[in-house]
Amino acid sequence: MSNLELVNLTKKYGETTILNRISLTVRNGEFVSIVGPSGSGKSTLFRLIGGITSPNSGTIKLNGKEIIGKRGFISYMPQSDSLLPWRSILQNVVLAAEIAGRKDELEAKRMLERAGLKGYENAYPHELSGGMKQRASFVRSILSPQPVICLDEPFSALDEFTRLDMQKWLLAMWNEHQRSILFVTHNIEEALFLSDRVIVLSARPASIKKEFTIPFSRPREEALVLSEAFLEYKKRIYQELRATNG
Amino acid sequence: MRRLREKGWRPALVLILFLISWEIACRIFSIPAWLLPAPSVIWQEAVNGWPNYASHLQSTIQLSIIGFMIGSSVGTLVAVCLHLIPTVREAFYPLLIISQNIPIIILAPLLVIWFGFGILPKLIVITLVCFFPITIAALDGFRQTSGELKHYMQMTGASKGQIFRKLEWPYGLPSLFSGLKISATYSVMGAVISEWLGASEGIGVYMTLASSSFRTDRVFVAILFIVLLSLLFFGCISLIEKRVIKWKPEEGKISE
Repeated sequence: MSNLELVNLTKKYGETTILNRISLTVRNGEFVSIVGPSGSGKSTLFRLIGGITSPNSGTIKLNGKEIIGKRGFISYMPQSDSLLPWRSILQNVVLAAEIAGRKDELEAKRMLERAGLKGYENAYPHELSGGMKQRASFVRSILSPQPVICLDEPFSALDEFTRLDMQKWLLAMWNEHQRSILFVTHNIEEALFLSDRVIVLSARPASIKKEFTIPFSRPREEALVLSEAFLEYKKRIYQELRATNG
Repeated sequence: MRRLREKGWRPALVLILFLISWEIACRIFSIPAWLLPAPSVIWQEAVNGWPNYASHLQSTIQLSIIGFMIGSSVGTLVAVCLHLIPTVREAFYPLLIISQNIPIIILAPLLVIWFGFGILPKLIVITLVCFFPITIAALDGFRQTSGELKHYMQMTGASKGQIFRKLEWPYGLPSLFSGLKISATYSVMGAVISEWLGASEGIGVYMTLASSSFRTDRVFVAILFIVLLSLLFFGCISLIEKRVIKWKPEEGKISE
């Protein structure tokens, strides 16, 4: 039983309200996406969950335990790969686990193989392509022992083809490891393709505009993206987002 | 090595041309050797006078290496302390700069008065000369740590100590090495200055004796060895740097 629960989170910087009464839950093994216009405070939300800053009001709970201002309770994958340039790929992917005090190189090697990075264990990050670096970055977050993984627009810097590959790969990995995922993106299609639920944020101050439960069965195929039902959802989320901007 | 051969010929050529014109000028204008000896005369003294200055050279090398070791340790330690404790940094950073504004040539005799003619005042002079470039370079290196990586480390739950050990220290290493390279060359200069103050042996002593007896050729021999030593130290640090920092993309081979 591991769920992440945000209740009525409000965050202000000075007079400006960034987040306004955000409540959401990520249940055990669930894949939840947050979409919102850029600058809507998505990264602030992650900073709160990560314990870097504290909210003005509201609580954050993990498995019923409050984790406000406490670090190290979630696994995190940032927008940029954030691999340390002086560490080899193997040393890099164990970093998060190392910080948490639980390092397992054998498991790391196995995961790298699963990620198609076999043979690159001793390479340095600058020797890898963008997609490979993002895969290594994700392996790092999944090797970290925390039950909830927060992904902050992890594929936004990749080209369209690599991104689609990465999405399918991410789903496969998630399916295998059954971790809870909170995924932030500004790409509606990506959110729809990956998630069990999609949460739409309004423009600043961000509040939850609407929540969609995505009924498509898993495993999901690429063709899904072109189906009628998928496009219908895409339209509805798009309209919701437009309305928040307008 | 190949790069050195490809690019090294330019400065070498300039140096050779310079020496040739020096030699010719000395001969044409028949400049007396006590005023400005020709390169050939200096070279002869360098070869023939070896037994005269070998022991001096050895003592200077020893002094600069010990001084450099102490200076770089102090420099690194100071940088780490100042970086990790912001209040200490605010209190001491301006004083650090002041310490470099006091001319060493004035401070050195005072050190002799305080600490005598032994090795201690000499090591203090070298340390004073050496630690500053290292401290400043390392501090800058630590502080320039990429914000993105730091944010990642914080989100992952790394403690302050972990962030320093796993992120800031390796990130600052290239800067630290820049400081070390500057200090390595300064250490030779520091050793020579400290020997002027009153030592029984060393290139500094040899130089003072030579200049007071108008053996200008010997002064130039001393200069030659100071330059060679500095270059040698610089080269050693560069070599160590290459060994330690293997993760930098090689020049001309930057991945896209």
